[in-house]
Amino acid sequence: MSLEKVVTHTGVGVPLRESNVDTDQIIPAHFLKRITKTGFEDALFSRWRTDEDFILNQEPYSNGTVLVTGPDFGTGSSREHAVWALRDYGFKAVISARFGDIFRSNAGKQGLVAAQVEQSDVELIWKELENNPGAEVTVDLENRLIECGSISTRFQIDDYTRWRLMEGLDDIGLTLRSADAIDEFETTRPAIKPTTLPAKLSEV
Amino acid sequence: MSTPRTLAEKVWADHIVVKGEQQGDVQTPDLLYIDLHMVHEVTSPQAFEGLRLAGRPVRRPDLTIGVEDHNVPTMNINEMIAEPTSRKQVDALRDNAEEFGIRLHSLGDAEQGIVHVVGPQLGLTQPGTTVVCGDSHTSTHGAFGALAFGIGTSEVEHVLATQTLPMTPFKTMAINVDGALKPGVSSKDIILAVIAKIGTGGGQGYVLEYRGEAIEALSMEARMTICNMSIEAGARAGMIAPDETTFEYLKGRPHAPEGQDWDDAVEYWKSLRTDDGASFDAEITIDADALEPFVTWGTNPGQGVFLSDSIPMPESFDDPAEKDAAERALEYMALEAGTPMKDIPVDTVFLGSCTNARIEDLRMAAAVIQGREKAEDVRMMVVPGSMQVRLQAEEEGLDTIFKDFGADWRFAGCSMCLGMNPDQLAPGERAASTSNRNFEGRQGKGARTHLVSPVVAAATAVRGTLSSPSDLGMTDYIVAPN
Repeated sequence: MSLEKVVTHTGVGVPLRESNVDTDQIIPAHFLKRITKTGFEDALFSRWRTDEDFILNQEPYSNGTVLVTGPDFGTGSSREHAVWALRDYGFKAVISARFGDIFRSNAGKQGLVAAQVEQSDVELIWKELENNPGAEVTVDLENRLIECGSISTRFQIDDYTRWRLMEGLDDIGLTLRSADAIDEFETTRPAIKPTTLPAKLSEV
Repeated sequence: MSTPRTLAEKVWADHIVVKGEQQGDVQTPDLLYIDLHMVHEVTSPQAFEGLRLAGRPVRRPDLTIGVEDHNVPTMNINEMIAEPTSRKQVDALRDNAEEFGIRLHSLGDAEQGIVHVVGPQLGLTQPGTTVVCGDSHTSTHGAFGALAFGIGTSEVEHVLATQTLPMTPFKTMAINVDGALKPGVSSKDIILAVIAKIGTGGGQGYVLEYRGEAIEALSMEARMTICNMSIEAGARAGMIAPDETTFEYLKGRPHAPEGQDWDDAVEYWKSLRTDDGASFDAEITIDADALEPFVTWGTNPGQGVFLSDSIPMPESFDDPAEKDAAERALEYMALEAGTPMKDIPVDTVFLGSCTNARIEDLRMAAAVIQGREKAEDVRMMVVPGSMQVRLQAEEEGLDTIFKDFGADWRFAGCSMCLGMNPDQLAPGERAASTSNRNFEGRQGKGARTHLVSPVVAAATAVRGTLSSPSDLGMTDYIVAPN
């Protein structure tokens, strides 16, 4: 299975002036009971969206596709649902000075660009988006470039994730190209390594 | 002589299936073999669905184990799960385990419990292994010298299909904890102090190695509490080098090696130490002697102080983002800067979670409440981390101590640590909780959480305000059993 290729995206920027937006804020746990992988758009920031002043409740930000947020976005739980919720809402990229490691990894699997820039650049983009509501942000993966109004800044993303996103490659397919190496490795694994089967149980 | 290596680098190197290489301008990641994959009902259904759609089997059912823990009830477990979406998710795990041939410990099974309590207790978590689970607190297993980290659902599918993960090497950070803990101070206080020091983002990109006298003196369960919360400092993994304490804990566990295999294993495990002269990418030092019971006042685990301190003034933070975060946190928590932590009353005390619901945690809390009375308006919930912990506690009579005190004695699960099962706080309710996250809404919509150690939880249940055993006149109390 391959993903949609991501090269350059341009869309309405959403300034989210919050730091430490953990994954419990992006999607509260009770939405995690669903067993589907799509349809999470209603769950995104659901607690904050009950507040009519919340940025996504305001036109034209409600049509945003590029989220520009404070540092330590996506910290906490490993829930990939946080990425699914952003993706299903329509976001294609998140810009922040720091990301939670697991969130960043999950984003890369789902075609969501996690673009890392300095906090000073985030501040500049926030001002631009607040002064010009509906202003668009361009995230150019090929050149690792973010453009918004007169602002133009490079962003960081690891080479491998960038390449995979641009090629639309699926990790499992890539790994299965190394199936022989996995077979070979398994023949060399020490016999003392634990196995879950046959199951052994505690003495009660 | 080979180059000196850290513990993390040794375990990593032993699991490389395909070494990453420079291809044009792209550095490919290493392909790592995974020794143990644990699954639970919440982050696995979409992964199994992905396998079905692609017509792929689970490559190694014999390296995979499932438990039901996140959304199961902790009362009336013999009845059908009342909440339909929870039931559906648990049913999906049962169906998937059946279809793909995976061992599963379901609600009601004597081995059921929180995934990070069950793995070590079965002896499946062993030094030098790679352990993953679709849960960020997988870092817990690093207490055995395993390289253990949480993964997302796409990665769960990847491991199910290939038993490997493409990973870029972590950077390494040494957390030196020198000296010895004072009475009444526990491993929970060490990790809360570490997070307050380096911040919730300080460990991003690193695997943390906890070392030093204070760490070596800790029991395995106390070490698990520390590694468990590595993710709260932003690190995907935390590790502690295995030693005699580790071997002693493992010996005789259901899946521990036996006979000659045991001797061979111990010989290998003893090599899993950071070499003299190995260098870390970063290093910090904490003085254990200077630590006191630690509690959080805000809405991220880095917002903590000594229990004997007061809530800090937002203006005291240099970083404007931290100042804003402090103001927002105080508003959410309905607290005023400058208030002594010990003046804060709570409604609920929660003793549970993969951080602090092992037998030693229950013993420590029981020792504090035994012979004392619960504050009248406080509700206390005790949720053992696994059914084995529950059974052990009942054998030792701890359940009677908790019940006589007026606490709820429950069955095993994630319970009130996260608001996705029936155990939740009401909006505005305030809890002293032995869990790991004090995020807004984590324990229920509008719920307010103070993270504490088991003994602080217990003392708080007695006094009704955040308290330590010393506030009850317990001065010679040791909380880090060996």
